[in-house]
Amino acid sequence: MDFFALFDLAVLDGTVRLATPLLLACLAGLFSERAGIFDIGLEGKMLAAAFLSGAIAATTGNAWLGLLAGIAASLVLSVIHGLASITFRGNQLISGVAINFFAAGLTVVVAQSWFQQGGRTPSLSEGGRFNPITWIGADGNGFYSEVVSGHSILVYGALLCVPLTWWVLYRTRYGLRLRAVGENPASVDTAGVSVIGLRYSAVVICGVLCGIAGAYLATALQAGFVKDMTAGRGYIALAALIFAKWRPWYALGATTLFGYLQALSLRPDILERAIGVKVQVQLLDALPYILTVVILAGFVGKAIPPRAGGEPYVKER
Amino acid sequence: MDRMPKWADIVLIPLISLILAAFLSALVMLAIGEDPIKALGIMIQGSVGSSYAWGYTLYYATNFIFTGLAVAVAFHARMFNIGGEGQAALGGVGVALVCLYVPWSHWSVALIGATVIAALFGAAWAAIPAFLQAKRGSHIVITTIMFNFIAAALINYLLVKTLKPIGAMEPATAKFPEPTHLPNMHDILGIFGIPFSRGAPVNIALLLALLACFLVWVLIWRTRLGYQLRAFGHSESAARYAGISPTKIIMVSMLISGALAGLMAINNVMGEAERLVLNAVEGAGFIGIAVALMGRNHPFGVLLAALLFGVLYQGGAELALATSIPREMIVVIQALVILFTGALDNMVRMPLESLFSVLRRKPEGAK
Amino acid sequence: MTDQIPAIELRGISKSFGPVQANKDISIRVMPGTIHGIIGENGAGKSTLMSILYGFYKADAGEIFINGQKTSIPDSQAAIAAGIGMVFQHFKLVENFTVLENIILGAEDGPLLRPSLNKARSVLKELSDEYELNVDPNAVIEDIGVGMQQRVEILKALYRQANILILDEPTGVLTPAEADHLFRILENLRREGKTIILITHKLREIMEITDTVSVMRRGQMTATVKTAETSPTELAELMVGRKVLLKIEKTPAQPGKNILEVRELKVTDDKGIQRLKGINLDIRAGEILGIAGVAGNGQSELLEVLGGYRRASGKVTLNGQPLELDIGPSGGQKRRAMGIAHVPEDRQREGLIMDYAAWENIAFGYHNDPRFQKNALLMDNEAMKADTAAKMSAYDVRPPDPYLAAKSFSGGNQQKIVVAREIEQNPDLLLIGQPTRGVDIGAIEFIHKEIIALRDKGKAILLVSVELDEIMSLSDRITVMFDGQIMGERLASETNAKELGLMMAGMNGETA
Repeated sequence: MDFFALFDLAVLDGTVRLATPLLLACLAGLFSERAGIFDIGLEGKMLAAAFLSGAIAATTGNAWLGLLAGIAASLVLSVIHGLASITFRGNQLISGVAINFFAAGLTVVVAQSWFQQGGRTPSLSEGGRFNPITWIGADGNGFYSEVVSGHSILVYGALLCVPLTWWVLYRTRYGLRLRAVGENPASVDTAGVSVIGLRYSAVVICGVLCGIAGAYLATALQAGFVKDMTAGRGYIALAALIFAKWRPWYALGATTLFGYLQALSLRPDILERAIGVKVQVQLLDALPYILTVVILAGFVGKAIPPRAGGEPYVKER
Repeated sequence: MDRMPKWADIVLIPLISLILAAFLSALVMLAIGEDPIKALGIMIQGSVGSSYAWGYTLYYATNFIFTGLAVAVAFHARMFNIGGEGQAALGGVGVALVCLYVPWSHWSVALIGATVIAALFGAAWAAIPAFLQAKRGSHIVITTIMFNFIAAALINYLLVKTLKPIGAMEPATAKFPEPTHLPNMHDILGIFGIPFSRGAPVNIALLLALLACFLVWVLIWRTRLGYQLRAFGHSESAARYAGISPTKIIMVSMLISGALAGLMAINNVMGEAERLVLNAVEGAGFIGIAVALMGRNHPFGVLLAALLFGVLYQGGAELALATSIPREMIVVIQALVILFTGALDNMVRMPLESLFSVLRRKPEGAK
Repeated sequence: MTDQIPAIELRGISKSFGPVQANKDISIRVMPGTIHGIIGENGAGKSTLMSILYGFYKADAGEIFINGQKTSIPDSQAAIAAGIGMVFQHFKLVENFTVLENIILGAEDGPLLRPSLNKARSVLKELSDEYELNVDPNAVIEDIGVGMQQRVEILKALYRQANILILDEPTGVLTPAEADHLFRILENLRREGKTIILITHKLREIMEITDTVSVMRRGQMTATVKTAETSPTELAELMVGRKVLLKIEKTPAQPGKNILEVRELKVTDDKGIQRLKGINLDIRAGEILGIAGVAGNGQSELLEVLGGYRRASGKVTLNGQPLELDIGPSGGQKRRAMGIAHVPEDRQREGLIMDYAAWENIAFGYHNDPRFQKNALLMDNEAMKADTAAKMSAYDVRPPDPYLAAKSFSGGNQQKIVVAREIEQNPDLLLIGQPTRGVDIGAIEFIHKEIIALRDKGKAILLVSVELDEIMSLSDRITVMFDGQIMGERLASETNAKELGLMMAGMNGETA
């Protein structure tokens, strides 16, 4: 048994890289759900963004253009979700389900017709990817060089989003209104602020963050888009959001944990060395989901969602 | 007082939603440089153009009837069961276990045994999310999604580690023994002297699905349980007042829902593959959502919608063979159907409602 | 005075919801610095009119003048800009925000919160002192009482510099003492020159505090009079449109043996708050026991316990048989089997499935009854339809169509369906909560007669109502509840509104 093997630098490095898309998607969900719009379509939005960013980065050779394209793809789906759940007061869960399928199908259909490579985009060249940034003095081994340094700009950007989200939510007028509209939209409406406007703005922010998360998958974590490359990350982010009780700093904690589990499942040998027992990979794969169920069951503190979540706003006296 | 005649609500709105979905799908095909009219022709020819084609269409429809009914029953109790995929997968595990390890003498007894086990396994996989919803208020949508992933990991483990025959490379069980093989439509219709394609996978499970439709109809609209289930779905507070136990309704509706999803394994695992493979459900659990929405949660509607999706699914497969349109086009169409019939319902409904109120006012004014 | 410019003038306001005309050609002038009452029955269109004034609904026709200026109010923002503040019947507060956060919401001074909060804190202190509003700016809404929540709503309006304040049924949730506090605040506001519109259906409040009163009936404004020049009887007639019988015809009760005995009944809710603190009461055969009290003092919990869907401790017997108090989720079924029928306080939330047809609703709660079963498996839908048709004609439900969904009936006819279902069960004990809330006058009289007829058949009736007049005219004995306790009991023939009002405010029955 070697407990410290759990802190293997390669695993920690993997944690940072794998937690980043989860963190971005989780914060995306946070904005949407804090405004009272449930979003189980995070997965679909990330997937659409991953595809379009991969496709544009491959054709232009420019990662930044890829990023913008990814955000645009995600935004289109966000607006559809907004139309369904805000304007037409439809069922937000069903809309999310539809968006996930839509992205899962369309990305492959378009990828096949565009690149004829069996539903994937060509591998990205050097300029088409976000490359690791090596920090000053990070040329040796050790925590600083291997874990802190050596990630793409998107990773550091995602981390910055955590304090930024906190600040927006709790220190600005917009954040106050956003939280209010998710708790009691009538309070916002009678105060003369547009419920629809606020909710659309939240859905748009959600789209932008999901877009970055998807673009990260195709242009930073990997070099191109492959079919179904989100692999349930949108759902894990959703789980992390519940785990985090819809709070930004907790979201960082939850996504880091889930990212760590993912990193560990890539290295079963390390886990075996650490705890002395062989753990099935499938168990590690399922662990985030099992943890979420345990959390939802209320065995680890109660998660209370925003009170108006999932309910379309209808004016009443 | 109703804003619209009933027929408009149950026929016109789904129809318009379908046309919208079809129109957008056609646009997608145009965008990728294919001819939607030609594609439609291939799909129809490939899905209903021969008894072989029908055999596949009905086979898929059988899957979708089970998963569609599963979603519909839960919907009546206002439970959104997205876990059909995992429940159907677990049903498959149950079927594989009884077919492999019980020495059946004849397919008819094997069918009864497998039906019971498939339903039990499906119900069991729905039981934990149902219990957590009933007792701890954990949102059923999230927990059933999680259980889909857990099921996938579990089956992956079983097929890779325990159920795979020694020495085999592919993660799948051994072929089920001969006495468990179900008669297919060729055998059944043969008794009556009607010719039907031998190669098509449609089998006796279709009759089981039709029986399930009828039983679900009786359950929902003719029994006390159905009465209480719908009452709970409409108003939980009123159900409490009437002494209808929320725990009981949530559990029972989800168990029935899970059992129906589990029964799908009779068709795809026992009837068609005759062994358990990875990802045997192939998204049918999710298509059940579209089928239930499209069929307005009514067993007869589910039957029609399942047929439609059977056509789409089989037609889509033919399309993928004949053109460069990949099979995922079906997923796009499915998504659009869910979007229009489920989430954007009001977009279709609002203009129709005002149209009908204008139409109604006119004859009154003429008086 | 007459050539003074009105603070608000409405001209020819009309508004329809589908086939229902909620407001018909309404014109009204409200003078500045006055308290103007608007009175009318439920559904007379008062709230709709005020919602139009606050920009919540758009009028189909008509004009609005604020201080003589023609103003259009497309949304709440415009209403706030025009100096209108509104205190809704159901407060529009964010439960997990502080008082201060609720007050600045939508009226922040800039994109950052801190300066707004600091400014609001000092303004709040001034306002609080000026109008006796004493609220704690840092308290979280869900932790404070309804009285203080209402003062937060008033502060919200004042913080937005409202000159015109509309209050919709403000005393419904208040104790008489809190209501007095509210009226003192309103008088302070009037003294400062604010204009106040008070919407209520309580004649007493109109007489007590308003300067002018407008009466609404069936969507129309039937009269506007000076309060000093009118009387409660005249207003009641204007409201209803005909002479009102102030007293219900009934013979003295002939009470028999004890049917229900309640001893030391205690209820603690999910949040750990004790809602019933040891209730004792008896109801005898052939009498109506009325429970008076301001809403939220434990009456609902008492009904729920007896109806079988809330857990409690203590001892309750019906005809000498103990009632199960630590009861599971199907408790309602057990109570019905013992002979307890229940007309719940909220028919739309509890008594009916609004999407069910009338014939399905007639079996609701009695769906296990053998008369509705065809065999062991199936229900007898035909029997349910026949039963519905019979009850509809006996109770004059309109339209008498068993296939119509409950939501398509008017409030009065919905209530008749519930009352018919429960009374025709011929129960030993009838629990009936707010029997005539949101019900038109004709149906009220009908329902009252049926209740008395059941009493005269020797049945026990527990009546809960927040309408003191209804309690006083229907009950044989009256018990007053306050804060989960019984403050005292009186014979209906030997008490008066003043005495009961003091008890409702928490004065002990012995000293009141």
